[in-house]
Amino acid sequence: MAVVFERTKGLTPGTMHYCPGCNHGIAHRLVGEVLEELNIIDNTIAVAPVGCSVFAYEYFNCDAHEAAHGRAPAVATGIKRVHPKNVVFTYQGDGDLASIGLAEIVHAAARGEKITVIFINNAIYGMTGGQMAPTTLVGQKATTAPYGRDAGHCGYPIRISELLSTIEGATFIERVSVHDPANIRKAKKAITKAFKNQIEGNGFSLVEVLSTCPTNWGLTPVESLSWLRDNMIPYYPLGNFKSPKEVE
Amino acid sequence: MAKVLMKGNEAIGAAAIKAGCRYFFGYPITPSSEMPEYMSRELPKIGGVFLQAESEIAAINMLYGAAGAGARAMTGSSSPGISLKQEGISYIAGAELPCVIVNMVRGGPGLGSIQPSQSDYFQSTKGGGHGDYRLVVLAPDSVQETVDLVMEGFDIADQYRNPVLILGDGMIGQMMEPVEFRDPPKRNLLPKDWATTGTKDSNGKRRIINSLYIEAEACEQMNLRLQKKYDEITKNEVKYESFNTENAEIILTAYGTTSRITKNAIKMLEKEGIKAGMIRPITLWPFPYAAYEKAADTAKAFLTIEMSMGQMVEDVRIGVNGKKPVYFYGRCGGMVPEPAAIVEEVKEILGGVK
Repeated sequence: MAVVFERTKGLTPGTMHYCPGCNHGIAHRLVGEVLEELNIIDNTIAVAPVGCSVFAYEYFNCDAHEAAHGRAPAVATGIKRVHPKNVVFTYQGDGDLASIGLAEIVHAAARGEKITVIFINNAIYGMTGGQMAPTTLVGQKATTAPYGRDAGHCGYPIRISELLSTIEGATFIERVSVHDPANIRKAKKAITKAFKNQIEGNGFSLVEVLSTCPTNWGLTPVESLSWLRDNMIPYYPLGNFKSPKEVE
Repeated sequence: MAKVLMKGNEAIGAAAIKAGCRYFFGYPITPSSEMPEYMSRELPKIGGVFLQAESEIAAINMLYGAAGAGARAMTGSSSPGISLKQEGISYIAGAELPCVIVNMVRGGPGLGSIQPSQSDYFQSTKGGGHGDYRLVVLAPDSVQETVDLVMEGFDIADQYRNPVLILGDGMIGQMMEPVEFRDPPKRNLLPKDWATTGTKDSNGKRRIINSLYIEAEACEQMNLRLQKKYDEITKNEVKYESFNTENAEIILTAYGTTSRITKNAIKMLEKEGIKAGMIRPITLWPFPYAAYEKAADTAKAFLTIEMSMGQMVEDVRIGVNGKKPVYFYGRCGGMVPEPAAIVEEVKEILGGVK
């Protein structure tokens, strides 16, 4: 009997703590599959953030550091400078990367730090209970924006992929989504390239993954996938922003 | 080895390199900038890495990464910069990572001044960041002792898996003195079998650097484990100097450069027939409380001299434990106490308690 599907060796056997319908599970699995397919599980060091994916170090089947809120790119820098032959990646949400950790991500990119960043953008703070994120859309309700985000009061959501694309040291930047199977396949391709880009020593790589948060959006998992497609993608266009020829 | 004349901040860099430190993450600030400058010049020559971080916060988190990855690594800064690092220091203490951090203290609070001060004593010895944790705090009084303590500091950090803070002041950082580099006493240091290098090096067993214990019972256990370690450090690592304490009428306490000024004052007092001694704590944490037990039976009074408004004096009071009066004299904001002022202070106290 042939095995047609099994858990990737890139993830540990345990149960994840994520809410039903949350897309972190898909993103974790894609990263795990890429680590396995590139045969780098035993040479990789992950850096987990603060936020919903704070326990990521329990799920990725490799060595890991838990970082302070927003500081994962600085922690990854320290690790990579000590072990340049190891693969080092951070897995961060939008509050972690685009708000409290904006300086760390911009400067890791500016130094061309040879790390891979998986950036989960679900337009909300999940772990703390649905507060407004730097990526919350205008008009979107959050527990600290109960009347909807008002651009006149607190500005517009930040487009991280576009922002980082202006930096020389950032050599691979792509925004993907995981709201349907076709996009999940594209996301996996981008994550593969982002790791290959590090292994080949080209510089800083980031994949922004548009992702759902049914619990804090107040929608069913299926409604959330449609909401992402209809509301997030128009503001956060999918596609590759930067890629060296070698990884194409 | 022959002595060489070196500026404090540069001697720290040289001592760290001699101790096997190959990674320095820093951010410029007066009066400690010569430290990153020296490291940026010297580390690349020996295959090390100097990185100028975008912020003090990034620097301490780079140190967290490098120390967790198993390297001897350090950072150095001065008061406002050290305040910014407190979050990272708490995480480093929680994850039990060995590293050396240097603070060349300047006048505060806020942006304060750039002249020498000792007003970060509370921050260094009583916490600074959040949570129950301790740094081993070493306070040298000369460039030579700074070099010795930096070298030993890396060993202490490795032995206990604990961050070590070198607490200098602007004077230590900026003055030039002759130094020689001597190996510290040999310690039994275990291999870093907890450091992240990839599971290929650990038969597939994952190594995690972490300070998160989401269950209250587990977090309490972590704290109890830390406390056990702190008790061990307290038992083994207390260091202080006794100067003329035998039969002294009054015992002064000072640390760092202030202790050298105090020694001058003690010599001046001797000429006037007043016998004063000094206890100089070298480890500010663990503090040498026991040194005061016996001294409090013989001396009439105690006087603590600091470049602050009175911080270490609280620990001296704990040590003296109400047996004798404990007085305080300090200058602050970057002002340095003068020997003559200390002499006057002592005369006034002895006049009062006689």
